[in-house]
Amino acid sequence: MPSKDTTTEKNETTGNLVTVYIMGKPYEVPSELTIMKAQEYAGYRLIRGVGCRGGFCGACTTIYRKREDYKLYIDLACQTKVEDGMYLVQIPFVPAEKPQWNLEDLEANSDSIIHFFPEITRCVSCNACTQACPQNLSPMRAIQAIRRNDLKMAADLSFDCVSCGACSVRCPAEITHYHVFQLVRRLVGRYVQKRAEHTAERVKEIEAGEYDADMDILVGLPEEELKELFVRIREGNPLQLPEREVGKHD
Amino acid sequence: MTEPYPEYMMESVRKVEATREERKDKEFDRVSDDEAMEILKEWHPDYRKSDPEFFREIAVGPSKGKTVPTEVANVLEAYPWVDPKSVDLSVIEHDAEVFVIGTGGAGLAAILWANNEGVKMEDIVVSTKLRLGDSNSKMSQGGIQACDGEDDSPLIHWLDVMSGGHWTNDRTLARQLVMNGPSMIKWMELLGAEFDKHDDGGMQELMAGGASRKRIHSCKDYTGLELERVLMDEALSRGMRVLEFCPTVSLLTDDSSNVTGGLVWNLETEEYHVVRAKTTVIATGGFGRLHVAGFPTTNHYGATCDGVVMAYRAGADIVHMQSTQYHPTGAAYPEQIVGLLITEKCRSMGAQLVDAEGEAFIYPLETRDVESAAELRQIREGKGVKTSTGQMGVWLDTPLIDEIRGEGAFEEGLAAIHRLYARFDIDASKYPVLVHPTLHYQNGGIAINADAQAIQPNGEPIGRLFTAGETTGGVHGDNRLMGNSWLELLVYGRRAGISAARLASKTKMPRKSDLKLTHLTRYSEELQKSGVKTERCSPIILPNYLGENTMAPVGYGKETPFDRRLDLFT
Ligand SMILES: Cc1cc2nc3c(=O)[nH]c(=O)nc-3n(C[C@H](O)[C@H](O)[C@H](O)COP(=O)(O)OP(=O)(O)OC[C@H]3O[C@@H](n4cnc5c(N)ncnc54)[C@H](O)[C@@H]3O)c2cc1C
Ligand code: SF4
Ligand code: SF4
Ligand code: FES
Repeated sequence: MPSKDTTTEKNETTGNLVTVYIMGKPYEVPSELTIMKAQEYAGYRLIRGVGCRGGFCGACTTIYRKREDYKLYIDLACQTKVEDGMYLVQIPFVPAEKPQWNLEDLEANSDSIIHFFPEITRCVSCNACTQACPQNLSPMRAIQAIRRNDLKMAADLSFDCVSCGACSVRCPAEITHYHVFQLVRRLVGRYVQKRAEHTAERVKEIEAGEYDADMDILVGLPEEELKELFVRIREGNPLQLPEREVGKHD
Repeated sequence: MTEPYPEYMMESVRKVEATREERKDKEFDRVSDDEAMEILKEWHPDYRKSDPEFFREIAVGPSKGKTVPTEVANVLEAYPWVDPKSVDLSVIEHDAEVFVIGTGGAGLAAILWANNEGVKMEDIVVSTKLRLGDSNSKMSQGGIQACDGEDDSPLIHWLDVMSGGHWTNDRTLARQLVMNGPSMIKWMELLGAEFDKHDDGGMQELMAGGASRKRIHSCKDYTGLELERVLMDEALSRGMRVLEFCPTVSLLTDDSSNVTGGLVWNLETEEYHVVRAKTTVIATGGFGRLHVAGFPTTNHYGATCDGVVMAYRAGADIVHMQSTQYHPTGAAYPEQIVGLLITEKCRSMGAQLVDAEGEAFIYPLETRDVESAAELRQIREGKGVKTSTGQMGVWLDTPLIDEIRGEGAFEEGLAAIHRLYARFDIDASKYPVLVHPTLHYQNGGIAINADAQAIQPNGEPIGRLFTAGETTGGVHGDNRLMGNSWLELLVYGRRAGISAARLASKTKMPRKSDLKLTHLTRYSEELQKSGVKTERCSPIILPNYLGENTMAPVGYGKETPFDRRLDLFT
């Protein structure tokens, strides 16, 4: 029989150490760690700059430079490996107010977006946002699609955005892309995509009580009978309840 | 083209490639209930109840005597890290009609529906551990179930839920779950969530493991991200008041054991805030970061079982805590991503589990517990692949997806997974990826009734305490099916919000003298008497991953309540 799994997240050293500079201070850390785990290894208990630890939440935006390289990089700390000679700092928060809106009062066009975010008309097509995006999206193209009134395209281009704010800290037009994109996608989901008729139909049937009587019977059946029913429906057959008087279940 | 894996792994990859063509259209035998049980008994960590390394009986509290994983027992058999004598409860910082703890899907649904029910946004106080929306909800990839298909019905969905839970679910709770499925999808649709749809607006639906109909609704493989951010945006647009980086560390109670609010700890300023509330909703999510049975986890950083701990001390029963969901496909290579989820949608779209010899050893869409156990079996029988760091795994044959559905299908439908591996120069649409079971979901939790009230062992509700989402137990019984959790958090988050709002409208604001921590004092006394010798403190709020030879910068590690959690993980 197996014993306990030993692959916990405890940072295990397997070999090489590299030096990274966390906010300027040098620390030796195992080379196979991500920036996030390296900081913990070095003794930082993370509160800001951490969340899902899996590349989904955008909380861990980190800027860094590498040895003998003038370029400034932006990445997610949980998804990026340390390199020897890396100078890094996490961005704890990207300052930006989210305007309040009511979807029901808006239409799906670029005017709605520009009303809340007039600054998007100041985009100078410098592409700095795209270069910064750790998700390899093209915020620039998404912003331009909005201006062309192609909200669907903008929604598609920004769908994988994790709101890390990397683009926004680089943007000379001071656009807060992730707030812009959120509004775009909601408008597309609400007004551009067609509604699912079959979902609405089923809601109506349920609200009209069409399933209640059968449900009453079903939930009262003994386990053995339920198992048999399940085997049959799993093979693709329609559900047939045993003949019984409604309300009389054992 | 360079090969993405070291040679010792490529040897096995070639065996997988060699059998791919013939496996492509393979008809798998589904395992019977009896066979499933046999595999589980032999190989699943949950079935090691008599091994004290894995399980023990809780020595204190309302569910005393129930068997739970040792890691859960550790946080329950622990002293509250709030010292009741050291907190001044007379300075009330926030007054709430409804106090919501946690901002995953369940918390946000509760907030929005309490608001729909007439509670003003400024009267809803929200505590969340880290950044707003940091949660398991945001990480979920695969999708959400709801029975809106032509060949589907609430009855069929109900049977699937029950079968998935090995018929141990609370039947009424499961009924409420499925009956509200389609209306929750419609709600999300109207809030502007972008589901994967056909051109006519019909939902593209996939099969979940253990289910008998296609009813997974997805938003690419960022379903949770999309639904969570839509809920967040709606709540912020309505003017939500949220205390970020402010976990709740204890409930407050009055002399009749009603819950009267909570005590919040500001992680940044390191001070307490008192929240006085007419009603309270716990929506704190799961326990992945307890690393049950030593497994890596898919969960977010803050998934530390806090809600269960707090409700338990206030008198709630806990149910189904003896069963834990290990997801069969956690990443096993490369080292940086060990434990991360490779969504079940891969298997829904055609990927198979294949061992080191190239054999597909199980139908890819059995329930998760059976899939995980079958992998552990192959590995222990020597048919696993071992990486250079000692991590074992089997292959998930992802290239099948493009083979079956056409070139580009993988990247289109599984963008997050594609990106995850591309960062390590692995093209998962061309090469299989190595997987191992990973700790995924807290099946059990706080016992609830159909109104989402937390209940005691005798079935009586705890006054003014509601709870929803992964922190609760009963809806899924001993095992949850993919996609039913997001459904649960919407259905029961909504239920909790409505119930709390209705009760709040009939309840007076607690008096200052009703804000007490006596339940903690009682709990500590019981713990002391129980004979359990421990210095552990809980809730633990965050796990400890500091390096062993920590080179902590000067000034760190000063003695705060926050630091007393350390011994749990060392
Ligand atoms: C990687 C992954 C993939 C998944 N995929 C799917 C899927 O495809 N389909 C599906 O249905 N389900 C899926 N699940 C499961 C599902 O996402 C979760 O079960 C569900 O989101 C739980 O929602 P919740 O609101 O109950 O908890 P969470 O979303 O985890 O939210 C809990 C919230 O409470 C906060 N919190 C915790 N403790 C405290 C405290 N002490 N004080 C204040 N706040 C606190 C947290 O910070 C967080 O905001 C997946 C889970 C993971 C981890
Ligand atoms: S678009 Fe901007 S906020 Fe979104 S992921 Fe890319 S850099 Fe981050
Ligand atoms: S960084 Fe700003 S100005 Fe430059 S392309 Fe992007 S959105 Fe336009
Ligand atoms: S911690 Fe969430 S993206 Fe890095």
